[in-house]
Parts: sequence; structure tokens; C-alpha cells
Amino acid sequence: MNLLKFFTAGSVDDGKSTLIGRLLYDTDSILADQLEALQQSNRKNDDGTIDLAILTDGLRAEREQGITIDVAYKYFQTEKRKFIIADTPGHIQYTRNMVTGASTAKLAIILIDARNGVVEQTIRHSYLVSLLGIEHVVVAINKMDMVDYSETVFHAITEKYKTLAEELKLKAVTFIPVSALKGDNIVHESQNMIWYQGRSLLHFLETVDVEDKQSYHLARMPVQWVVRPQTDALHDYRGYAGRVLSGSFKLNDKVTVLPSGSSSTIDRIEIFDLRPEEVHAGQSVTLHLKDNIDISRGDVLVNAAHLPQNSKLIETDVCWMDSRPLDESITYLLQHNSKVTKAKISEIIYKVDINTLEKQDAADFKLNDIGRILIKTADELAFDLYTDNKANGAAILIDSRTNLTVAALMFRAVAD
Amino acid sequence: MSKYNLDYLDELEAEAIHILREVAGQFEKPALLFSGGKDSITLVRLAEKAFRPGKFPFPLVHIDTGHNFEETIAYRDTMVERLGEKLIVGHVQESIDQGKVVEQTGKSASRNSLQTVTLLDTIAKHGFDACIGGARRDEEKARAKERIFSVRDEFGQWDPKRQRPELWNIYNGKIHKGENVRVFPISNWTELDVWNYIKRENIDLPSIYFAHRRDVITRNGQLMAASPFLNMDADDIVENKMVRFRTVGDMSCTAAVESEADQIEDIISEISASKISERGARMDDKVSEAAMEDRKKGGYF
Repeated sequence: MNLLKFFTAGSVDDGKSTLIGRLLYDTDSILADQLEALQQSNRKNDDGTIDLAILTDGLRAEREQGITIDVAYKYFQTEKRKFIIADTPGHIQYTRNMVTGASTAKLAIILIDARNGVVEQTIRHSYLVSLLGIEHVVVAINKMDMVDYSETVFHAITEKYKTLAEELKLKAVTFIPVSALKGDNIVHESQNMIWYQGRSLLHFLETVDVEDKQSYHLARMPVQWVVRPQTDALHDYRGYAGRVLSGSFKLNDKVTVLPSGSSSTIDRIEIFDLRPEEVHAGQSVTLHLKDNIDISRGDVLVNAAHLPQNSKLIETDVCWMDSRPLDESITYLLQHNSKVTKAKISEIIYKVDINTLEKQDAADFKLNDIGRILIKTADELAFDLYTDNKANGAAILIDSRTNLTVAALMFRAVAD
Repeated sequence: MSKYNLDYLDELEAEAIHILREVAGQFEKPALLFSGGKDSITLVRLAEKAFRPGKFPFPLVHIDTGHNFEETIAYRDTMVERLGEKLIVGHVQESIDQGKVVEQTGKSASRNSLQTVTLLDTIAKHGFDACIGGARRDEEKARAKERIFSVRDEFGQWDPKRQRPELWNIYNGKIHKGENVRVFPISNWTELDVWNYIKRENIDLPSIYFAHRRDVITRNGQLMAASPFLNMDADDIVENKMVRFRTVGDMSCTAAVESEADQIEDIISEISASKISERGARMDDKVSEAAMEDRKKGGYF
């Protein structure tokens, strides 16, 4: 059984929390004591039924205001798959939280209120999905019960969204008409929309193939830690511990160590007491090389036949996440996997109006702004373009005055 | 299944090992908080997988309330001996003796909330900059919102409104002097995942997790182990029942469940069928809807 992380984009008004609550409720994932707490809560739907949205509101301020402020993670499983839901807030002022929740997701559910169709917020959410390179998109057209389960309404919204999806180059888009409140097409197939031939949302989530195939050939492993027991028995033991970001490493593969550029071959692979011949993306491993070369935390082991980019000047998309605006006069820290280096912003190339998708010239860059910048790093970075290999194409910026994570970066081009 | 599609337990394990190695790489003086419960026992196993044949780059730290199940302490000492790693114990009794905390009185008195002071003192005494803990997001709704690297201020406080965005698998462990980070490598595991992992890895557990006969009393619908640490009066009726514990904390706040499950397979099927969450057996969470959020803001794990 494997694991699927997905995130939901939409606001409380679109019924996002209700949709998640419905998924949990109808898959029997809510336990009796949690249900009891729910029933004791003062918040109820107009018809007196339990307000499923409360399930995802974790913080007191969120319950008081009836909104989602931060990303909440929810867990459930069926016989076919395990799921992690990143429940992210939909409002524009929480764009950074949505980017956070989306960064580890393989699939996005975009909620549209059937009464309102594609609105500004839909464009914004879909843009973020495309920016973060999420391959699979489910457009859940919700509140179908409020539009008499109308096929015409569903098709009109679908057509409109397809134009947007094309513009944003979204690849796999699936449309499902649902009512989270009534439970139509969430877990159980709806009896109210016999015109809809597709599967329920849960069926789709259980069966969609989300494997990332495009980075198979890009073997990358940042070194996190060097294992050196330095005991008499293991005097020469030197293992490079890390998590394979992408691709595979096999015994006797030729690898290059970056940034130094030294080469060697893989002598032994360990996962604790196992000695596999081959390891793949996602596994935490320890590699041993034939040659004794100087390697430390922050270096990257890569497949010698498919080298990454190596540069100090990078064009990158950025989502600004801090209340202090971007400052071109100061030096930030850039963290790219286990590598940390100093960085300056050389140029703001443009800012995107995320409601209209227009690119604009910009003199400043504030909280939740998204656009493209040119960044200069003190050390060379061994990276891939985000479109080729998400796992090795992203980084964060840290403000060394506050130590806060102030920006998400997605590398788009080598600038020199 | 494709070889690139990891099984969920392998994926959760790999993620946790990655997080543990990030702690080793980013911090000067980390520590692993060991409670003797199944979650921290799982963390120890993951640390072995992350760092062997090398030593752990951190000691184990136990905050001892003094109201322990003796089985847990015996387990702890045997485990530390087998591992050959360092154990540091912070005693709540010392905090009481120093007058830093006052023992609760009354029927529901527990030392659970007093732990926070001892924990913060232990962190300060040893200068720990990162504390690894076994909390999981599925346990409780405030925990569902907490980051894997959770920055605490000098007073150990969690500020849910000022959490750092945590993007991709990149963890920002930069802190100012005096601050520290709580790190939760098994954030994304569920209770059932932990049990399935313990089974797969054949990990030994303290015996109280398995069904055994014990003297218990019923309080607020919960079965509490009869012990010198529980304030009892004439109204309390001691019964001998077949029970086991789902979580292991202080004796005065951890409730037992009636169970015949004495094998790990039985426990897994019992949990799969169970309709009560694990923290449902924790009196400390029953105080209010925001009990955990408030304790975390005060410096709790």
C-alpha cells in the first residue's frame, strides 16, 4: 500500500472544510470520542446536523472565527491507499500557507462553488498549483445540491476551467460534480446526478497514478551526515548518509560529487542492516565510495552521466512569505536541501498579479507576492530546474536577522 | 507495485530518518526525549537506522515524573544498556523539592503538567538546542498544525500564529541563542502506523502495552491503575481487571483499556476496530477543547 499526499484549495465558503470532513466521516475515519466532541460543539448546520467543517479547525482562533489560518494535516486510509491531506486556507492573505501545504503534495483538489463558477480565487489557486508543478488536479465542483444537480451548470464551469487550465499548462485535470454537505460523489457515487458517468472523488484518489516519472534518470543524493564510527573495528568506515531525492543509485554506478567535481564509483549501499544493490527516490540510505575523497554535509552525489546545473546566478520564481518585504540590500541565507549558502537578490524581474495572472514591473516585493527574481549565491549550487526535477529544483530563503523562512524559491533558469 | 513507489511504512521511515539526520547536521547539542512510550521507542529504532554503525549524535533524555510504571523504567534501563548510548534523567521531584513547582492536590492530582518545568530546566542545564520528540499529528488537533521543526522561544512556548512555513522537505533549524527547536520525525505517522512498524521491525515493548491483570479504579468513566500515586478515597472501588495501556505517561494520568490483546497482532486488530482515539485515554486532554494547544503554548512537548 502506498501513500498519497494531496492538498485542498478553496475557502470555507466553497465548503472546503466540509469536503474534508465528509471524506473523513464517510470513510469512517472519525473516532467516537472525536465525534462526541463534535456533537457537543455549538456549531451546527442550519438543519441541525453536525458541522463537519469543525473537524479541521485546530486552533482556538480558527474555531472562534470559523476560518482556517494554518495548514492542518489530516490522515485517513482505505483498503487501497493511505492519505495525508494538507488542509490549507484559501484566502489571499494566507497564500504562503497554501504554498506550504502544496509544496509536498502530489495532487490538488480545487474547489469551485457551483453557484459562482470560476472566480478570481479559482484563478489564484490554479496558478499556485501550476507554479508548484503539481501534476494532478481534481476540480471538485461543489454545492451541486444548490443548483438542482444541473448538468448544464457543471458543463459550463468545466468548459470555462479548461481554458484556464490550458493557459496555465495544467496537465491532468479531472472534473467531479459534488455536494460535500449532502455527500454526493465524495465517497459514494451520487444518485442525484445520474448524468455523471465518472467515479466518486474517493475512487479517483484511490486509483490515480501519481508516480513522478520524469526524474527517473536524475540520480541525486545530498549528503546530510557522514557516518564515521572511528572505532578499532570500523576504523576505515566512511558512509555518506542521505535521502535519495530523485532517480536511482546502483552498485558500481559512476557518481560525481558536487560542487568539487570529484568522481568515484559506488562500492556499497546500506539501509541499516540491509545491503541492497539498488536504491531509489525517497529512500534514506548510506552510500560508500571506492575512493577516499573529501565529502561533507551539503555536498551532492549525482549520476555522472546526467549532471545537474551548477551555477551561482539563478533565475527563480519566488513566493514571499514574510511580513518584512524583500530587501535587495541585505544578504540572505539560501537553503537548498542540506546546503546553506549566502545569497543576494540582484534583480526583481517581475511580479505576477495572481488574480489576473498579469506580469508587472515591481519595485517592491511583499508578503504573499509571487514573481520572478534573479538571485546570486556565494557558493555554486548543484540544482535542476524545477520543471525537470522538483526535488532538486527548490530552495528556501532565510532572513539571518530573524532566522525566519521568508521565501520559497523554484529555480527556472541558469542566468550566466 | 513499481520499485519507485515505496510502501507507506518505508516512506514514513525514510522521512523520519531524513529528519533525524537533519537534526544531527543542523544542531550543536540535540537530544532525544525518551518517555518509555511506544512512540519514543520507535524513534530510538529510527535513530539506529539513521546513524548506525556510528553512535547517536545525541543523548536520550527522560523527564521522570517519579510516578512511573516500573515496567517502563526497567525497559528504559535495559534498552540504554543494549544501545550503549547516554541517558540523562530530569526529575520532577527535584523541581518540587526546589520549590519551582507545587504538587497538585485533590482527587485528580497528576504530575503530568509539572513535567514542563523540569523539561525546560533540563534543556537549559544542558544547553540543548533541539529536542526530538515522538508527537504525531493524528493525536490531537493542535498537534495537527504543528511543524516538524517547531521553534520554541526561551520559555519553551509555541506560538501557533508565528510558525515558519515548512516547504518541500527543507527544514530551517536556524535559531537565536536561548531558543530551541522541538523536532517531530514521526509527525506524519498514525497510531496504527506505529504499531504496524513495531510489528514489522519486531521491536520489543514494555509489558504494560499488552493485556495483563491489574488493580484498577474507575474515574470519570476511565480505568486508572491503582497505585500509591493516585489519590484514592472510600468511594473508589478497586477491581482486578484484564487491561492494557494504549499510551504510556505518568501513572496518574494514563488510563487503561479493558483488553485481552496480549499479542501485537491482536493489538493491531483491536486498534483497527476501535472507535476511541488514543488520547481519549489521557485525562490531561479532557480539560478543555484547547487543552493541548494551551499546554504547548506553555512549553509542553
